[in-house]
Amino acid sequence: MRIRAFIIALAVAAAVVAASPAYAQGKLNVVTSTEDLGSIAREVGGDKVSVTALAKGYQDPHFVEPKPSFILAVSRANLYIAIGRELEIGWLPPLLNSSRNAKIQPGANGYLDASQNVRILEIPTTQITRAMGDVHPSGNPHYWLEPGNGRRIAQAVRDKLSELSPANKAFFAQRYDDFDARLAAAEKRWDATMAPYKGTKIVTYHRSWPNFMERFGLEVMGYVEPKPGIPPSPSHTIELIADMKAQGAKLIVVEPYFDLKTPQAIANQVPGAKVVVLAPSVGGEKQVTDYLQLFDYDLNLLSTALKQVTGK
Amino acid sequence: MRASYLVVLGLIASVLLGGARPASAQTSEVEALRQEIDALRARLVALEAKVAGAQAAAPSAAAPALPIYGTSSAASKIFNPDIAVIGDFLGAAGRNRVNPSPALEMHEAEASFQAVVDPYARADFFLAFGEEGVEIEEGYLTFGTLPGGLLAKIGKLRAPFGKVNTLHNHALPWSDRPIATNNLVNGEEGIGDAGISVARLIPNPWIFLEATGQVSRGDSGELFRSSRRGDLSYVGRVRGYQDLSESTNVDLGASYARGHNTAGIVNDEDVGRFVTDLWGVDATLRWRPLRRAIYNSFIGRSELLWSRRDQFGGREKAFGYYVSGDYQFGRRWFAGARYDRSERADDASLRDDGGSLLLTYWPSEFSQVRGQYRRTSYAGGENANEFLFQFMFSIGAHGAHPF
Repeated sequence: MRIRAFIIALAVAAAVVAASPAYAQGKLNVVTSTEDLGSIAREVGGDKVSVTALAKGYQDPHFVEPKPSFILAVSRANLYIAIGRELEIGWLPPLLNSSRNAKIQPGANGYLDASQNVRILEIPTTQITRAMGDVHPSGNPHYWLEPGNGRRIAQAVRDKLSELSPANKAFFAQRYDDFDARLAAAEKRWDATMAPYKGTKIVTYHRSWPNFMERFGLEVMGYVEPKPGIPPSPSHTIELIADMKAQGAKLIVVEPYFDLKTPQAIANQVPGAKVVVLAPSVGGEKQVTDYLQLFDYDLNLLSTALKQVTGK
Repeated sequence: MRASYLVVLGLIASVLLGGARPASAQTSEVEALRQEIDALRARLVALEAKVAGAQAAAPSAAAPALPIYGTSSAASKIFNPDIAVIGDFLGAAGRNRVNPSPALEMHEAEASFQAVVDPYARADFFLAFGEEGVEIEEGYLTFGTLPGGLLAKIGKLRAPFGKVNTLHNHALPWSDRPIATNNLVNGEEGIGDAGISVARLIPNPWIFLEATGQVSRGDSGELFRSSRRGDLSYVGRVRGYQDLSESTNVDLGASYARGHNTAGIVNDEDVGRFVTDLWGVDATLRWRPLRRAIYNSFIGRSELLWSRRDQFGGREKAFGYYVSGDYQFGRRWFAGARYDRSERADDASLRDDGGSLLLTYWPSEFSQVRGQYRRTSYAGGENANEFLFQFMFSIGAHGAHPF
């Protein structure tokens, strides 16, 4: 009786296995952690890839929910591109573990950690503890907000796609060259926009912007968060207001997924200060639909705001 | 840097020298120099880019090494499993004469060890250190990439019966467990023993659908007891999930479990050979607006449980359920409520009811303080009014956020 039940269960399982469909082979299925990586994968892969980005540009990429619908997407992927540096530590491991997809496990051919060839800032050089807040032990993971790193990510994507689909190697190389040229031209434009504000001191909410601010010559003198991942506290806010007054910082940059109450209160206490909400990722605002537009959008807002607060 | 000095020196020299020359020769020479400077400048830019590239590449070579310890012997530590310990401290005040819990209790310290075993499997151990000793809460090997899209687990497992049964204490939205699971599904221990589970996604064009089957030895506290090698217990579950929008989703499940119970055991011998069948239906509705995901969310959940327990008096049919809702109203604040009602598995004429109100505060992602007011009306007319509180804290590797 029990044995028969077991055999029936096995037979049902076998039938279910046999019914599994073969997915379309034409395009490479690329799944990325964020829309920034998705945009770069689209730039390089063109119509030879089909790209799905899991986290939306307007959500906090540290706190994405590992939804079962994501498991489905990851289970069909030929290539997974992650931000790495523990940005996705809270949600990517369960997705990969439940994906039943050997191709995209860390260490396999179809897993690309985009942080491997880029310039990473804030790598801790001393002992770190969680008393310092939610620190990332292998450096700041918000590295995509710098065009040079965007270029390096695109190179890694080009090489990886060529490895997975050697027949299209020349196609990916040509797409990369085109992206590289457009990025270089845009960088000239962006540098010119930001040139007048070199060395201006600003404040950001979270440590999302070190690469961005370094690239465009702004100096981050403080954060609205007392420590990474720790919500604003009254004592820290008072200190920050005093620091901003002392150092002449008048701009507070906030990500769209943070509450504006505290930044606004700080700006009200510092004469002439302003809050500006920048898009930290592609998709962070409706009009930011690709990697180049991300900088166009942010630098436009930033330079307009800087013009108002500095009078330059 | 040095190159730019040379360029500047060259410029100054050319201006000084050029001052003594006739105007026409001067312009052409200046032109030539300018071209040369432009050429040098281009080379400088190229060199700078190369240096920047080399600097960027440098950390990547050292990236897998541990940045903190940094000695050569530290390299072997990289294969150590991810280790974390979660402390669960409970307190209770008020009156409960039926099922009193201690005033203060270090209820559990759960140590987890998780790592990849080899290219084929990973292992997860959860050891619970409580006041009664140490227990393997779970310890299993997962084969995640088997042919046919199967996901197999082997070891001691919490069975996939409903929602609450699979959750460890620290992942619960309450400081206790619902009356229905206490009365019908072996309470805190739940259905969980040594076994093999196999799960598969069922491909279909509409929703996420997963079927799981588990065979276990058949020992789960007072619920299932195996007296012979063949007295295995079986658990099956089908789970469906669908995104209703980017911020709202629904999770539905149906579960079944069967195993030999303890009703027929007389003097350590299973003379009755009785079995218990359990049926469960669960539903979870989640809402989390992505733009404000760290500030606001809601989770509503409910489980309905039916028990069919054979015993000497015949078959006892018991039913129980709970309904609960948790609303996050700030980055660190959650308010919740739960309603409980359940008959007892061995005597369905006895029914317990209860209700709870909860407030939870998160100092950070790694600690949590919770207060719970609980009122219980036990079968037989006894009432209990209690205030429960809980401190939870976690150290070590960053675990996955529960979903």
